[in-house]
Order: sequence, then structure tokens, then C-alpha cells
Amino acid sequence: MAQTLTARVRRHILDVTLTLDLARSPVTVLFGPSGAGKTTLLRCLAGLDRPEPGSDVALDDRRWDGPGVHVPARRRRVGYLFQDHALFPHLSVAGNVAYGLHRLPRHRRDARVAEALDAAGAAHLRERSTRGLSGGEAQRVALARALAPDPRLLLLDEPLSALDAPTRVRLRGDLRRLLLGAGIPTIVVTHDRTEALALGDRIAVLIDGRLHQTGSIEEVFNRPATVEVAGAVGMESVLAGRITGHVDGVAQVRVGEHTVHATNRDTPGLAAGDDVLVCVRADDVALELPGPARATSPRNHLPAVVTAITPDGPLLRVDLDVGFDLTAYVTRPTREQLDLRPGSHVTAAVKAPAVHLIPHPAVSRGAAANRAGRGRD
Amino acid sequence: MDWEAIGVSLRLAGVTTAILLPVAVPLAAWLALTRRRIGVVVEAVVALPLVLPPTVLGFYVLTALGTRSPFGQWWQELTGATLAFTFTSLVIASVLSSLPFAVQPMVTAFAGLDRRLLEASSVLGRTRTGTLLRVMLPMSKAGLATAAVLTFAHTIGEFGVVLMVGGNIPGQTRTVSIAIYDHVQAFDYATAARTSAVMLAFSLLVLTAIYTLRRRKETVWPRL
Repeated sequence: MAQTLTARVRRHILDVTLTLDLARSPVTVLFGPSGAGKTTLLRCLAGLDRPEPGSDVALDDRRWDGPGVHVPARRRRVGYLFQDHALFPHLSVAGNVAYGLHRLPRHRRDARVAEALDAAGAAHLRERSTRGLSGGEAQRVALARALAPDPRLLLLDEPLSALDAPTRVRLRGDLRRLLLGAGIPTIVVTHDRTEALALGDRIAVLIDGRLHQTGSIEEVFNRPATVEVAGAVGMESVLAGRITGHVDGVAQVRVGEHTVHATNRDTPGLAAGDDVLVCVRADDVALELPGPARATSPRNHLPAVVTAITPDGPLLRVDLDVGFDLTAYVTRPTREQLDLRPGSHVTAAVKAPAVHLIPHPAVSRGAAANRAGRGRD
Repeated sequence: MDWEAIGVSLRLAGVTTAILLPVAVPLAAWLALTRRRIGVVVEAVVALPLVLPPTVLGFYVLTALGTRSPFGQWWQELTGATLAFTFTSLVIASVLSSLPFAVQPMVTAFAGLDRRLLEASSVLGRTRTGTLLRVMLPMSKAGLATAAVLTFAHTIGEFGVVLMVGGNIPGQTRTVSIAIYDHVQAFDYATAARTSAVMLAFSLLVLTAIYTLRRRKETVWPRL
């Protein structure tokens, strides 16, 4: 299995130095606003675009681009998922999936086609023509086609953007599970933060052709390194949690030492034991002074310690330690009134409807073992 | 009716088409996809027979095939026969003069293909030749058919080049268009009229076939 991707890529506005430990984080999201150069970077990694001199791309000890070196796309053995799928219209679903299997002995191709379609959740589409596939179906077939030749690296360009909204939401949940199941290190390009959260383990934030921050999802979303990153990821705390149950239709989520209540209207169907990301907008976090309990409407009251206060426009950004990171925004009068300073003890209050849950299956230990057993060709 | 001349014309058109298509397909693929500036020059050279008077093209071919040219001499040493005024020389001249009719429809067809399909093919490990055979050609059947029909028809209708290069040997280099010219010269208007009517019908048939193909292309191969 591929371990490390190192890349220095220059092309037009893009100038990026990137090192990804693919073994540790199976799905890396390349996140940034439109026009940041994400797709260009992905195309350079695939060998579809040729980076400018000074670039250097290597997967483990295989150099793909460098001084006097340019390995063409067809010899990189990467899987590439195009934004609008790019299925061959003159071939059937099975023909599309088998297209990249010309190096496999003929008698093993059928089995591999079935295996790839199965891995992409598209086994039932095998005999279909590519005409008349729905967006979601075409997406799965394209994924199967990319997976079939057993690529070293999988590159997905805005995988969900060509789909209609309901399909996107449905496939967003599935896609991460499919990718983890396939066990092939993956880089996903997206400008959609929910998509980034739903799919990734690590996030690299690309803005105006520069890489601003690379880190785990929680790291980047809760502690943006620059103002630009903060603007791109939004004012939201993102916490890893696990559903423990439901009470009166309100989900109970274990986050660190605390239980957080969430009404969870966006993603019904989550069950106890499911891993989720818990998202709380800083605007929705109210601060109260600790003291005798009064009856208030927010369901979540978390004892917190202020770790930092930084001005942000007319507001103040208050970083809290609740056992995990949480951010709140307050006005200056509030600060005076509550006498907030680093080290102050406060209670963070969040209404249950303000807590958003995104399904986020954890990396299973079985995936790597499963893959190792599949063997190579 | 001059069946012998019709036979020569059909044979010439068949051989020319059979030779031209395998040449035109890779050339058209290169022209459609290349980003190099030399592509424009090659395209201009390919299109030359469209604007060049057929007699000019015929003159050059005749000079090149004659016994005084290096190629003509080499051919004579190789085969012991002269090249000018033979069926072979007609084929060479026809291939050159029909080149744009074979190449241009294919260029149009290839250039209209979705580039991402070609990129998908290369990411999936296929060479350029593999992509040409497995994606570009199967998706350009209408373009290929148009190229074949146009080449065939244009060769049948060729007059100036054939007149220059072929001479007028019955059963060898005397094609339909030359035969009609001869009949008129001999005041045999009746034969000329009959043969001309056949040619007219044939041309109309060919064009109808091409436009049918074009219309089908739009409905049968929707771009994704």
C-alpha cells in the first residue's frame, strides 16, 4: 500500500508543497473555494496536466514528475473520478468497468468487474447501458471503473457536485464508507464544507493557489491557522462523537467526557454506536456565568474554561476548553458584563437544534487487512 | 453505356478509399488533438487539393512519377515498368487529391469528442493508439462513414488529375468522367447523356446518404 505522497506542484497560480501520509489517513480532502487551484493540483497528481519546471511529485519511491521526469497518466496507476463521471457512452456498465483491466488475464476480468461494482455498491447495474443511469448510479459506476484496476491512489474531483441535492446527501454518507471499504488511499477535491467533513480524515486547505493548512478535520476546523482558513472553513466547532441513544427523538452524543443533545433533523437514521462529527456554530454558543442552576431553554450546558480571547471585527472570538475545543463569539459589552478573561470559568450553552450531526464512519482496522489479502497482479 | 469505364472508376474509388482511411484516421486524430503550432501547417497542406486546380496537382504528380524523377527511376528499377499512365499512378494521384475529403470529416468528429473521455481512457492505462481504437473511433462512426463516402464519391468524380496523370487507356485509366468527355468530343451526345444521368443519380444518392448520417449523429450519439 502506498505510504507517502510528496509533491511540489507549480502551474499557473498554483504553488504547493504537500506531504501526505496516506497510510495514516485514508481519505484526504483538498478543500478550498472555487478557483483556488484544487482541480489543477489533482490533475497534476494524475498526470493529466503537466506541472511547470521546479515541480516534483513522488509516491513513495516512484517519481512521477521532476527534472527530466514525467510519467504519463497511463503509467501512474491512479484512479480518477471526473466531476461529471465521464463514462464511455458507447460501452455498457460492465464494459466501462472492464475498460482499465487490459493487463489482467482475460479469464479474471469478469470476476474483477463484479468485485469492483460490488465495492462501489453498483452490482445491480452491471447489465445496464450507461444511457439512462441516474446521476447517483453513474457516480457509482464511475467509482467502480476507477477502483477496478486496483489503483495505488484514488483521486476524486468534486465527486458529489454533479448530483441533485437529495442524491448528494444520500451518497455523501455512503461514499466515505465505500472509500474506507476499498482501502485505497484517496484524495478528494471539494469546495463544500459539509462534503469535506463527511468524507475526510485529513484536510488540506488550498486558497489562491497556496496551501494554508494541513491537518486533521478537528484541528483545521477548530484551530484555523490563518484568517483565510477561518473564512473558508466557517465559524464552527467540529467534534468527533458517538451516538449513545435517543431520548424523545433527541440524539445523545458522547463527545469526550460530555453528552451533547442534538435534535438531528438533517440526518435521520443514525443509530446508537454510529460515529459522527458534531458541528456547533460559534454564533450558537451562549456563555453564562456558572452559578445556581436556573431553568433555561438550551439543552446543553457545558462547564468551560476560557483559553483565549481575540478580537474579530465588532465581535470577540472566545476559545473555550470544555474537555475539547469549542468557540463562541460575544460582543464587547458581554465581555465586560461577564468579566471574561483567559482562565475564567463559564458555562457554554447550546440549544439542541443548533447542534448538527454529520455521519462519519471511523477507519476500521479490517479495511487494510482485507486489502492485503486481495493480492496484487 | 461505357461499363468498362464505370468498372475502372469503381475500382479506383474502392482502392483509394481503402488506402486513405487507415492513413487519414491517425492523421485526423493527431490534427484534432495536437496543441502544437505545426498542426495548422499540416492542416493547410492536407486541405491544399481543395483549392489547387486539379491540373496543378496532376502536373506535380506526373512530374514526380515520371522516369526523370528519383521516385520514378526507383520504381522502374524495382518493378521494371514505368509508373506514369498506369492504374497505380491513378491511385497515387487520387489518394493525394482525396486526402482532405477523408481527413476533414474525421477531424471534425474527433474534435467534437468530450476530452474527458480521452483523459479517462489514459488514466485507465490505455495508450494513445488504444484510446483511438477503443474510444475515439467507436464514438465517431458517423464521421468515419462520411469520410469513406466522400472519398469514394470524390474519386469517382475526379477529372482533372486523372486526365493529367492517367492518359486515356481503356480498361486501365479511362474513368467515367474521362469517357463522358470523350463521347462529347466525338459528338456521341446520346452516350454522354446516359452516362451523365447515371453520375448525377449517383452523386445525389451519396449526398443524401451523408446528410442522413449527419442527422442520425445528432440523435444517436448525444454528448454527455
